[in-house]
Amino acid sequence: MSAINPVASEVNEGKQNFSVRGRTPLIVNQADRPLGGLDIPGIWAYRDLLFFLTWRDIKVRYKQAAMGAAWAIIQPLGMMLIFAVFFGTFIGVPTEGTPYTLFFYCGLTPWMFFSGAITAGSVSLLNNSNLVTKVYFPRLIVPTAAVGALLIDLLITFVILIGLAAYFGMVWGWGLLVLPAMIVLTVLLALDFSIWLAALTVKYRDVRHALPFVLQLWMFLTPIVYPLSVVPQKWRWVMYLNPLTGIVEGVRSSLTGRKFNWIAISFSICIAVFALLSSIRAFQRIEKRFADLI
Amino acid sequence: MTAVISVKNISKCYQIGGLNPGYATFREFLAEAMAMPIRRLRRIQKSQKETIWALRDINFDMESGELVGLIGHNGAGKSTLLKILSRITVPTTGRTEVHGRIGSLLEVGTGFHPDLTGRENIFLNGTILGITRSEVRRKFDEIVAFSEIEKFIDTPVKWYSSGMYLRLAFSVAVHLDTEVLIMDEVLAVGDVSFQQKCLDRIHEIRNQGRTILFVSHSMAAVTRLCSRAILLEKGHLIADGPASEVVNDYLGSSWKVTSEREWTNLNDAPGNEVVRLRSVRVRDETGHTLTSIDIRRPLGVEIVYEVLQPGYTLTPKIELFNENGAHLFSAHDVGDEWRYRSRPIGLYSSTARIPGNFLAEGNMLASALLMSHIPETITHAQAINVVTFQVVDNQEKDSARGDFLGPITGMIRPLLNWTTEYHRIADEQLEEVISR
Repeated sequence: MSAINPVASEVNEGKQNFSVRGRTPLIVNQADRPLGGLDIPGIWAYRDLLFFLTWRDIKVRYKQAAMGAAWAIIQPLGMMLIFAVFFGTFIGVPTEGTPYTLFFYCGLTPWMFFSGAITAGSVSLLNNSNLVTKVYFPRLIVPTAAVGALLIDLLITFVILIGLAAYFGMVWGWGLLVLPAMIVLTVLLALDFSIWLAALTVKYRDVRHALPFVLQLWMFLTPIVYPLSVVPQKWRWVMYLNPLTGIVEGVRSSLTGRKFNWIAISFSICIAVFALLSSIRAFQRIEKRFADLI
Repeated sequence: MTAVISVKNISKCYQIGGLNPGYATFREFLAEAMAMPIRRLRRIQKSQKETIWALRDINFDMESGELVGLIGHNGAGKSTLLKILSRITVPTTGRTEVHGRIGSLLEVGTGFHPDLTGRENIFLNGTILGITRSEVRRKFDEIVAFSEIEKFIDTPVKWYSSGMYLRLAFSVAVHLDTEVLIMDEVLAVGDVSFQQKCLDRIHEIRNQGRTILFVSHSMAAVTRLCSRAILLEKGHLIADGPASEVVNDYLGSSWKVTSEREWTNLNDAPGNEVVRLRSVRVRDETGHTLTSIDIRRPLGVEIVYEVLQPGYTLTPKIELFNENGAHLFSAHDVGDEWRYRSRPIGLYSSTARIPGNFLAEGNMLASALLMSHIPETITHAQAINVVTFQVVDNQEKDSARGDFLGPITGMIRPLLNWTTEYHRIADEQLEEVISR
C-alpha cells in the first residue's frame, strides 16, 4: 500500500504525530527552573485570558458609578480647567505661542494614562492574588491586562485632545504621523513600569505607599505644566533621563508644528526598550515565588 | 501504559516566623542588609529555625486513566503537592513531569466576579482555567444545563444563592477537557443530589481515560472512586497503594483510634466508682476483631466492663456516628435478663449486633456508654468515639447496591424487603387511558 502511494501514508503519519504531540505537551515544574526567554507560545495560548481580564477590569471599573465612563472625561477636563486658569492665566507660564489649555492637555493626555496605568498595574498581582495562588497561567498577563483596561480611557482623552487641537488650530503636517508613535511609546512605558512594579509590590508592600508620592513628584519633573525650555540648557540632560519628557514634547510638537526634540524622543525610545527587557527579567526572577510571597 | 504524571524527589520548603515573606518591607530589607555580615556567621543555625518542610522527597508515578486519591491530615502537604503539580509554585528540590494539559481545580469558582453575570463568569472562569473562548462557547449550553440555572444566566452572580453560585462554578470546572485533572476537596460542595451528579461526572471523566488526582477528606469517596490512594503525613509520603488499604492506614495512624480499645489500668478507664470500662471492640460473626467489614456482613460492638459496686441496674449503650459527624443511631440493651436486675460485682461483656446490609459504606465511629435508668438516669461511664471501623462495599451484586454502580446516598443502606405486584388493567379501562 505504502509502495503504491507513499505520499498518502506519509501524510497520515504526519497527522498522527501532530495529534499526539499537539495534544500532550510535556509540562515540567522543577527546582531552579532556568530563567529562559519570554515564553511567547505559552502566553499566546492564554490570549483569551488576557482579553477577558482586560474586559473584566473595564466592565467592573465603572459598574457601580452613577456616571459610569463619564469619569474618564470629567477627570482630565477638570484638571485642565484648574491648571489653565492658574498656570496659564494667573501665572502666565510661557508656552511659545501655544494656547495654555492645549499646551497643558498635550502633556496631560500621556501622563494621565501613564500614572493611571502604573498605579493599577502595580497592585494588579495583589488584587488578583486569588488567581495567582489558585491557578497557573503566565503571570505577565495580569499587569498587561491592568494596563490594557486603561486603553479605553486613553482613547477618550485622546479624542478630546484631537478636538482641542482642532479647536485651537491644529497644524496639519508630517509631524502628525509622530503622534501615534508617541502613544505607542506611552503604552509601552506604562507596561514596563507596571510589570516591574507589580512584581516589586508582591515582595515589598511599601510600593503602594510610595507610588502616589513618587508619581506626584514625577509629574512635576515632567514638562507638563511648563515647557522644557524653562530648564537651563546644562540641566536638560537630567530631564531627558525622564522618558516622559520626550513623549510630552513629542505630542506637543506633532500637534502644534513646532520643531521636534529628537534627542529627548531618542532617550524615551531607548529607555522604553531597555526598561521592557529589564522589567520582564525582574518579573521572571520573582515570578516563580509569587504564590508563596503573596 | 506510560507515566502521565511523574513526581521525582519533590521537596518544598517554606520560610516562617521572623521574616514573614508576605509582608517584607523596605525597612526590614534594610535591617536585613545591615545585619547581613553578622547573619552570615550564624546562617546555618538561623535558617534551620526559620524554615518548614511542607513536602519531603515525594516520589510517585501515575499512569494514564488512573484515578488517585490523595489523603492526609490538614497540613500534611496535600495542597502544596497539588500546587507544585499545577505549576502554581516551584518545588525547592526535585521535578514533576506531566504529559498533557493540566486542569487544576484548587478552589471552585476561582476568579468569579460578583458584578459579572453568570454568562460572563462562565467565559472568564473558563479562560482562567486554561480553555479557550471558542471551547467555552462550544460547551456553553452543556455547562449551563449541568448547573441548572438557565433562568439566571444573565443575572450578576452576586444575586445568586450560595448553592447556585457553587453549582455554576463547579459546572465550568467539570467541563474542563484536559488530559490531567487535579482537584482539591472540590467535591464537598452543593447539596447531596448535586454532589452525586459531580461524582457521576468524575466517573465519566475517568471512563474517558483521563488521569485524575484529587484530595478528599471523604474516605468513602476515596474508597469508592479510586483504585489507588496516596497518604501524606507531615510532608512525607507514608503509604501508596490500593485505596482501601491506604485509607485503613490513615484511619489507624491518624485518628488515634482503632477497632479495639483496652484500658489496662482500671483507674484510668472511663467510669466511676460503680463501674469502669475494660475494653471496647468491633468484632465480626466469628469473634475476630476487625477494622474493615464487608457491607453485607453483620458485626458486633463489644463492651467489656467491671462492676465495682453492687446494687445498680446498668444499661449498656452504643452511639454510632459516620465520618461526616452525622449521628446514625443510639442503641440500648433492652434485653430482659439484666433490664431490672441489679448487677453483682464482676466482669461483664455486652455486645450490640449490627446486621449486615444495614450501614452505608464509609467510616464509622462508635461510642460506648454505661447508664442507669432506675431510679434515675445516670451516665456512669462514657467513651466517646472510642472505636472506628470501615464499611466497605466491594460492589458485589447481592448487597443493597443491586445493579447500580454509582454512589448511593443516605446515611444508612438497609436491604429492604420489596414486593412488586402486577395489576392487570381491564381492557376498556386501558383503552380509556390510551385514548386520553
